[in-house]
Amino acid sequence: MATKNIVTAVVNGNETTMMVDNRMSLLDALRESAGLTGAKEGCLSGDCGACSVIVNGKLVDSCLVMAREVEGATIETVEGMARGAALHPLQQQFLDKAALQCGICTPGFLVAAKALLEKNPDPSDEEIRYWLAGNLCRCTGYDKILQAVKGAAAEMRTSK
Amino acid sequence: MEQQVTDQSKNYKVIGSRPVRHDGEDKVTGRAQYGADVSFRDQLWGAVLRSPHAHAKIKSIDTSAALAMPGVKAIITGADMPKLDDKTTRSVEGIENQRYMVERVMAGDKALFKGHPIAAVAATDRFLAEEAANAIKVEYEVLPAVINPVDALKPDAPLVLGEISSVTLGEKSRKETNLVSQTRFEQGNVDEAFSTAEIIVEREFDTKTVHQGYIEPHNATALYRSDGQVTIWTSTQGGFPNREGTAAILQVPLSKVKVVPMEIGGGFGGKIPVYLEPVAAVLSRATGHPVKLIMSRADEFQSSGPASSTHIKVKVGAKKDGTLVAADSQLVYEGGCYPNVYAATGAMCIYSPYKLENARVDAFDVLTNTPKVAAYRAPSAPQAMFAMESCLDEIAQQLEMDPLEFRLMNAVDEGDRRVDGMKFPRIGFKETLQAAMNSDHYKSAPPSGPCQGRGTSVGFWFNAGMSSSATVAMNLDGTASVVTGSVDIGGQRASLAMIAAEVLGLRADEVRPSVADTDSVGHTDVTGGSRTTYATGTAVHKAAEAVKAELFKRAAKLWDVPVEEVVFDDGAFHHKGASKGDDIKPMTTRQLGQKLARTGGPVSASASVNANRGVGAGFGVHIADVEVDPETGKTTILRYTAVQDVGTAIHPSYVEGQIQGGVVQGIGWALNEEYVHDDQGRMVNTGFLDYRMPTMYDVPNIETIIVEVPNPGHPFGVRGVGETPIVPPLGTIHNAIARATGVRLRSLPMSPPKVVKALQEQGVAAQLVAAST
Repeated sequence: MATKNIVTAVVNGNETTMMVDNRMSLLDALRESAGLTGAKEGCLSGDCGACSVIVNGKLVDSCLVMAREVEGATIETVEGMARGAALHPLQQQFLDKAALQCGICTPGFLVAAKALLEKNPDPSDEEIRYWLAGNLCRCTGYDKILQAVKGAAAEMRTSK
Repeated sequence: MEQQVTDQSKNYKVIGSRPVRHDGEDKVTGRAQYGADVSFRDQLWGAVLRSPHAHAKIKSIDTSAALAMPGVKAIITGADMPKLDDKTTRSVEGIENQRYMVERVMAGDKALFKGHPIAAVAATDRFLAEEAANAIKVEYEVLPAVINPVDALKPDAPLVLGEISSVTLGEKSRKETNLVSQTRFEQGNVDEAFSTAEIIVEREFDTKTVHQGYIEPHNATALYRSDGQVTIWTSTQGGFPNREGTAAILQVPLSKVKVVPMEIGGGFGGKIPVYLEPVAAVLSRATGHPVKLIMSRADEFQSSGPASSTHIKVKVGAKKDGTLVAADSQLVYEGGCYPNVYAATGAMCIYSPYKLENARVDAFDVLTNTPKVAAYRAPSAPQAMFAMESCLDEIAQQLEMDPLEFRLMNAVDEGDRRVDGMKFPRIGFKETLQAAMNSDHYKSAPPSGPCQGRGTSVGFWFNAGMSSSATVAMNLDGTASVVTGSVDIGGQRASLAMIAAEVLGLRADEVRPSVADTDSVGHTDVTGGSRTTYATGTAVHKAAEAVKAELFKRAAKLWDVPVEEVVFDDGAFHHKGASKGDDIKPMTTRQLGQKLARTGGPVSASASVNANRGVGAGFGVHIADVEVDPETGKTTILRYTAVQDVGTAIHPSYVEGQIQGGVVQGIGWALNEEYVHDDQGRMVNTGFLDYRMPTMYDVPNIETIIVEVPNPGHPFGVRGVGETPIVPPLGTIHNAIARATGVRLRSLPMSPPKVVKALQEQGVAAQLVAAST
C-alpha cells in the first residue's frame, strides 16, 4: 500500500484538507482530493501550462509540484478568481473578446495572466506574449487572448 | 486588425453579431466538465502497456506478476478483444477492415508501431495501474521497420501488414506490398499540353509527420453493465460516430451503447477515431466497475493518429503571359500501419484553385510502421498545396508577375471542374484574391531590409456536409431551446443558437443550446470538416422553421383569422388581411410563446438532414512578411494577413478565431513541428518541449479579412470556416523565406538548422550574414 498523508492548505481562501499519496502532484491533489478540476492535465511535464495555479503568490505548473510540498501554503486556482457572483475582469474579458474556443487551456491562461497583472498592471504586448509563452493554446492563435488580457489590465487600472 | 467584406443585402438581426457564448462562463470559472473531469466513487484507473518497438512479433505476454499486485483488478490483451475476420465495414474513418479496427486499439500478433497497445490494466489507483502495466512481461521478436513512405515502396522494404488488398489505377488485387492504392485523376491531354508550355517548373518536396496538438489528451471512462449496456463518457468530436466505432469493435448493437460527449479540449481531426473507449469498456466488463483511461502526452504523439509525412513531385507549365497550361504531380503520403486514402484526398485538392484543363495527379497511399494517420484540419490539403503553391510562386517570379495577379488570371470560377471531375458551384475565390490584393498589408511596400521578404499562397478546402439532427422547442415563456448532437469545440453552441434566434425573432441569449448524448437526439456526424455551423445549422434552421410554421397557426387561432393573413416581420407576428380590421396588435415571439398552453399545447420540432448537397467550398489567400536570421536560421514573422471567403459569418469573433488558430497551426507546421525518429523507427521527441508548437511569443497578431460570398446551398449562406486557414501558411511562409533569402527549401519544417544548412549549400550564407550585419 502506498503511504498516504494529510496535507492542509488554504485553497482559494478556504482551509482545505487533502489526503494525498507520496506520488501525487499538486495537480492530482487538487483534482482528485479537493475535487477542484479547473486546473487541467495537458502534458504532466510543465510544458503546456494548463495546470497553472498560484502557490504563495508564485505562478507554478501544479503538475511539477509534489502535493506534500504545499502543507500550509496559500493556493489560488481558477475556481477562486471570481468574487462571489462577479467574474474577475480577466474572466469577463475572455468572454467578451471570444478569447477561448475549446476552453481547455483557459483556466491556465487566466491564472497565469492574473499573476502577471498582479506584478505588472500595465504590461506591453511584448511582456504579455513573453509571460504567457509558458501556456500553450492550440485553438485561438493567441491574438484574442492578448486582447482580453490588455482589456482586463486597462479595466483593473481604472477601477483601482 | 479585423475587417469584413460583407454582402449587406440581407438584413440580419442576430447573424453577424457577437454575443457571449452560452457555455462561456463555465469555461472561464473551471466548472465546465471535460472528459478527464468525470469521476465515480467506485471507479478504477486503467493504464495501457505500449510497444517499445516500431515493428515486432509478439511472442508471449506474461501478466502473472502484474495480476498478483494487490489492487490490480484485471488485465486484458489482444486475446480478450473480439476476433473479427478480414471484412470491410463502415466506420468513423470511412470503409475499414474490421480486424484492423480491433487490432488498432489492441495489437494482435504483431506490434506495428512504437506505442501500439499491447495490454491494459485496471487497478484501484492510477499509479498502481501504471506500475502493473510495466510489470507485464512481453517477449518480442523485433522486425525491421519502415517509417518513410518512399522507402516503404521499395521492393525490399519490410512489409507492414504482409498480404493486403491493393488497388492500382482501379485494378484490385491481393498481394504482398505496402502500396494501399495508386489513385489517378486526369483531365485533358497533359503530355500534349506540356509541349505548348513556354515555361515549366518541376520540383520535389518533403514534409514531416505532424500532430494536431490539442491540449487535452484523449480520455475515456466506461461502465459496462452486466445486462450488456455500456455507457461511455469521453472527449470525442462526435458522440454518434464514437458510438459506432466502439460498438463495431465490441460487436454489440448501437442501442446497447450510450456515448456521453463531454466538453472537448481540442480535436482538429485527431479525436475522430476511437482509441481508449473500447479498451475502457472491456476493462469495465472484466471488473464490473467504471474504468477511466487518460493518454499521456507521449502516448498522444506515438499512439494517436498524426498527419502524414509526404514526398511530392509537381510539374507545372505556363505560357509567358502567365496562363497555366498543364500540370502533372505524384503524391506519396505516409499512411501509418493501416490502409487509408489521405494521398487521394490531397490529389483532389492540389489543383483545385486553378483552371487547368490538362492536368494529371497520381496519389500513392502507403503503409508504414507508424500509427495510422488521422485527419488533421483540412486533412491532406496543406502538404499538396504547399508543393503546388511553391511552384506557382516560382513561375510568377520567373515571369516577373505579381504573384496574386498571376493566381487571379488562372483562378477557378463557378462551373469550372476540379481534376476529380466535381463542378464548382458559386465560390468566392476571385473575391478573396481581390480582397487580399486590396488589403492594407498587400498594398504596403514589402519589407526591404536584409533577409526580409513577402510571401503569398492560396488554400482550398472542400468543406463537408454529412448528417446532422436537431430539436428546437419553444419554452412556455416564449424563449427556446436548441438540442443537437454536435460536440461544441469552438463556439458552435453560440452559432447554432444564433441561427434559431434569427429564424424565430429571438435574441441569441433567449435561445439555450445544448449538446446531447446519443440517447437524446438523432444521429449526428462529427464536429469536423468545417461542417457544424453549415450542416447542423441547416438542421437547426429546418427545425426552427417548422416551429415557426406552427407559431403562425397559433397566432391565426388566437386572432381567429386565416393563417395566410399572419405575417412575420421585425421579430413579431402581424395580422395583414381583409378578414378583420387593423386593430389586431402584433405579438412578438416571446408574447405568442406565452400563449401556447391555451392554443393547443407545446411546440417543438426535430429535423434530420443529410447536407452533402449544398456544401460550399472555402478559399483562403494569405500574405506574410518575414525576416530570416542567416546566422541562426530563425525565421521571424513580421506581419501576417489571412483573407477567407466564409460565405456568411454567423459569429464573426469565432470566425476570426478559427482563422487565426488555423494560421498559427500552419505556422508551426511550416517552421518547427516534426516527428523525429531514431534509426530503429522510434519517435524520440515525444513531449511539447521537443515537439515545438508555436507559443504566444512566437507569433504576431494574425490579421483577418472575412469575405462573405454567400453559399447558395445554405439558408443563411454559410460555407464553413475552420479548416481552410491551415492550408495556405505552409506555402506562404515558404515563399516568403524564398523571397527573403533567394533560397527555396522545398522541405518542411523550415527549422533554424535546416535554413542554415540550405543557405550554406546554396553558397549564400556568408553573403547574407554580411548584408545583415
